[in-house]
Amino acid sequence: MAKPIELEINGKRHTVHCDPETPLLTALRDELGLTGTKYGCGEGQCGACTVLIGGAPRRSCQIPVSAAASKPITTVEGLEQDGHLHPVQQAFLDAGAFQCAYCTSGMIMSSVGFLKANPHPTSSEIVQALQGNICRCGTHPRIIDAVHQAAKSMQERGR
Amino acid sequence: MSGSSVKFVPEPERYEFTAGPMHHFELARRDFFKFLGAGIAVFAVAKDTLASQETAPTQGFHQEELPKDITAWLHIGEDGNVTAFTGKVEIGQNIRTSLAQTVADELHVPFESVTMVTADTALTPFDFGTVGSRSMPTMSPQLRRAAAAARDLLVGAAAKEWNVAAEGLTTADGKVTDPATGRSIRYAELARGKTLAQNLPAEDPVTPPDQWTIAGKSIPKKDARAFVTGNHQYTPDLRRPGMLYGKVLRPPSFGATLNSYDAKAALAMSGVVIVRDGDFVGAAAGNERDAVKALESIHAEWKEVPQTSSKELFAYLKKNASAKSDERSRRVKGSVEDGLATAAHRLDATYTVAFIAHAPLEPRAAVAEWSDGKLTVWTGSQRPFAVRDELASVFHVSESDVRVIVPDTGAAYGGKHTGDAALEAARLARAAGRPVQVAWTREEEFTWAYFRPAGVMEIKSGIAADGALTAWEFHNYNSGMSAIDTPYVVPNQHIQFHSTQCPLRSGSYRGLAATANFFARESHMDDLAHAAQIDPLQFRLKNLSDTRLQAVFEAAAKSFGWPRKKTQDGQGFGIAGGHEKGGYVATCAEVSVDHASGAVRVVRMTTAFECGAIVNPDGLRHQVVGANIQALGGALFESIEFENGRITNPRFSRYRVPRFRDVPEIEAVLLDRKDLPSAGAGETPIMAVAPAIGNAIFQATGTRLRGLPMVPNGLNTARS
Repeated sequence: MAKPIELEINGKRHTVHCDPETPLLTALRDELGLTGTKYGCGEGQCGACTVLIGGAPRRSCQIPVSAAASKPITTVEGLEQDGHLHPVQQAFLDAGAFQCAYCTSGMIMSSVGFLKANPHPTSSEIVQALQGNICRCGTHPRIIDAVHQAAKSMQERGR
Repeated sequence: MSGSSVKFVPEPERYEFTAGPMHHFELARRDFFKFLGAGIAVFAVAKDTLASQETAPTQGFHQEELPKDITAWLHIGEDGNVTAFTGKVEIGQNIRTSLAQTVADELHVPFESVTMVTADTALTPFDFGTVGSRSMPTMSPQLRRAAAAARDLLVGAAAKEWNVAAEGLTTADGKVTDPATGRSIRYAELARGKTLAQNLPAEDPVTPPDQWTIAGKSIPKKDARAFVTGNHQYTPDLRRPGMLYGKVLRPPSFGATLNSYDAKAALAMSGVVIVRDGDFVGAAAGNERDAVKALESIHAEWKEVPQTSSKELFAYLKKNASAKSDERSRRVKGSVEDGLATAAHRLDATYTVAFIAHAPLEPRAAVAEWSDGKLTVWTGSQRPFAVRDELASVFHVSESDVRVIVPDTGAAYGGKHTGDAALEAARLARAAGRPVQVAWTREEEFTWAYFRPAGVMEIKSGIAADGALTAWEFHNYNSGMSAIDTPYVVPNQHIQFHSTQCPLRSGSYRGLAATANFFARESHMDDLAHAAQIDPLQFRLKNLSDTRLQAVFEAAAKSFGWPRKKTQDGQGFGIAGGHEKGGYVATCAEVSVDHASGAVRVVRMTTAFECGAIVNPDGLRHQVVGANIQALGGALFESIEFENGRITNPRFSRYRVPRFRDVPEIEAVLLDRKDLPSAGAGETPIMAVAPAIGNAIFQATGTRLRGLPMVPNGLNTARS
C-alpha cells in the first residue's frame, strides 16, 4: 500500500493512498471523486484539468500528487460558496459560454486564476491567458465575453 | 440533380451506415406507467418517409397492440411535470433544450416543467442516431405532434369534467380554461389517477412557426448550472460501486495481429484482472495505474503488415480507385465534351483534403456492468441503439438484455458513431465480475478512433464569354458524396464519386464530404470568376437560380461589406457558399498575409445561414460560430500524419487545433424563414469557411492553394 499523502483541497484536508508520482488529476478524480476536473490530453496542452494550486492555475495532469501536498488546492467544486456561484461561474452561465461544456471547468479555473493576477484585463490579455485551454466546440468569443463580465462583476462586488 | 432535395440519403460509402438494424422496443406499456407513475402518455408514430428512413420498424410492446414505428413519446404526470422521450443524444448541440422548447411550446406548458429523457435504449424509442443534422427536422415535428395530441386529450378530459363542448376551451400555461365561465383546471389535476395511453392520430395540426411562443426564443441551455459547477457527470466521471479501471493493450500498428503472448507477471499481480480474447488484451484493476503496469509487464509480439504513409496518400487514393461505378455515384446531364468545346475559358484543377481527427475534448469512454447475464453500458456515443446491437452481437446475448445509456457527452462532431470503448469495458467487466470503466487516452483517441476521410477532387469546367457555366465535370475520390452536386446552373455535367482503398479507418465528420466538395467547387468557381473578370459574388449570382442560396450570398456580402477595397498590403477577401442538408450557407472571409514570414491570419468572417424556421436563435448562433471556428482547423493546419500503420502526430502538441489566438472576429447572420420547416444546423455552417479563406488568400497573394490544410506551416512552405 502506498504511503498516505495529505492534500488540502477546497479548504478541507484529504488523505490519498497512491503512488507519489500519480498525477494530481488522477488522485482528484479516482481517489477523491472530484470529477469536475477533466482529463483532456495528459500532456498539459488542453487545460481541461486546470486547478488552482496556491491560487495559481496549474495543469493537474502534469503535477505529481506528492508535489501538490501542503499547498492549498482549489478545484471547480470549491468555487461555489453558500450556494452562490463564483462570479466567473455566474458569468459563464449568463453568457452561455459553453456547448458540450467538457472544457468549461478548466476554462473557469484558468479564468479565476488569471483574474486574480489581472483583475482588469483587455481582450488580448484574456486571449493570451486562455491560449493553453482548448475548446473544440468553438465557444471562444463567448468565453472571452464571460471573462470580461466576470471581471466587471468582481470589481463591483469588490471581491 | 437540382441539389435542393432534403431527402436523407445515407452515403453509400460510410461504413457505419451499412448496418440495417431490426429493433424491438422492450418496455411494456404497464412497465412504462410503473416507471413514470400514472398520467397521460402520447406516442408519436413515424408516418412520413423521412422519419421512417431513420427509424427501424418497431415490433410492438410485447403482446399488446401498439403502433409500429414509434419515434417519440411524452408523458404528463400527476404533478403536471412533462417528460418527453427521444433516442437523440446531447453532445453540445443543445438538442435537449431545443426539443424541450418544442414540447413546451406545443403543449402550452412552462419550459421548466419539461424534462427530456434522451438516449437510453431501455426508455427511449429506437433512433438511428444523432447524425446528419436530422434531430430538428424529424424529431422536432414528432414531438410537436405528440404534444398537440396530448393537449387535445387534456382538453377532452376537461370538457368531460365540466360537461361542455371541447371546441370552445383554450389552453395556456399548463391549464385548460373555459372562456365562457372563466374556470380553469391544471393539467396535473386532469392527469391525476389516469393511466391513459394514446397513439398519435395520423394527422395533427401543429402550431405554425409564426405563432410559436416558447420555441423561436433564446432559452439558455437546460441544466446549465451543472456544467459550470462541475457536477454534470460525463461518462468518464461515472463511479459505480466496486468499479475497476480498465486499459487495453494496443497493437504497435494498424492491422497488427498477436503472435505470442506471455502474461505471467501480470497474472501474478494482486487485484488485477487480465483478459486475452483473440487479439484483444486488456487489464482491469482498482486504479488505472495498476492496470497500466499490468499491461506493461505483458510480453506481446505482434505481426505487422506493411502500409502506406501520408506522404503518398493522394497518389494512393487515385491508384486504388475502384474501376466499377454504379448509378448511385454518378450523375450525367447533357454533354461535358460539347460544353467544353463551346467554352470561352476552360479550367482543369485538382484539389485534395487530408485526414483529420474529430478530437472531441472528451475522449471515448464507457462504463460496463453485468448483472444476471444482463449488460448495462454508459457511453458517449451518437448511436446508442447501434452500440446496443454491437454489444448484443459481440457477447451473443439478446438485444433485450443490453441497455445503453448516453450521458450528455463532451462532443462528438460525427466521431462517436461506434461503440469501441463500450465493447472493451464490457469484455473486461464480464471477466472481472465487477463494473469496469475504460476511458481512452488522448493518444488512443487520436489513433484508434476513426478519421474524416482524405480525398482527391478533380474538376474540369468551361464558361462562356459572358461568364455563364457551360460544362462541369467533377470527380471525388474517397471523401464522399455529400454536396457533390453543384448548386449552380450548368447545362452539361458529369459528377462522380469513386470509392477507393482507404488507408485509415474513416467515418463521419461534421458535414461529411461536403467540406471537401465545397472547397473544391468554390475554389474553382473563384478561379473561373477571375478568368471571366467578374466579381466572385456577381459571378456566383449570375450562375444561380436557387433563391435561398442567392439570399444567403447576398446577406453575407451585405453584412461583410462586399466588395471591399484593400487598405493594406497582404489583405485579401474571399467568398464561398452552398447548401446541404436543408441549410443554406455563405461565408465571407478577410485574411492578412505577412509576405516575409508567410504567416496567414484570418481577421474576420461573416457567415449567413438559413435553415428554415429558427427554434432557438442563441443555440443556432452557437452552432454557426462554433462550426466556423472548428472549420479553421481543417482549413488551415489540421492533418493526421501516418507511416507504417502508426499515427505520427497523435497528441495536441503535434496536432494543432484552433485556439483563442486563431479565432477571428466572427459574425453570424441568421435568416429566419418562418414559412419553411426547421432543418438541422450542426453541420452546414462549417462548409464554406475553407474555400472563403482560400479565395481570400488568392486575392491577397495571387497564390491558389488547392489542398486542405492550406497553410500548416505558413504560406511560403505551401507555395513551394
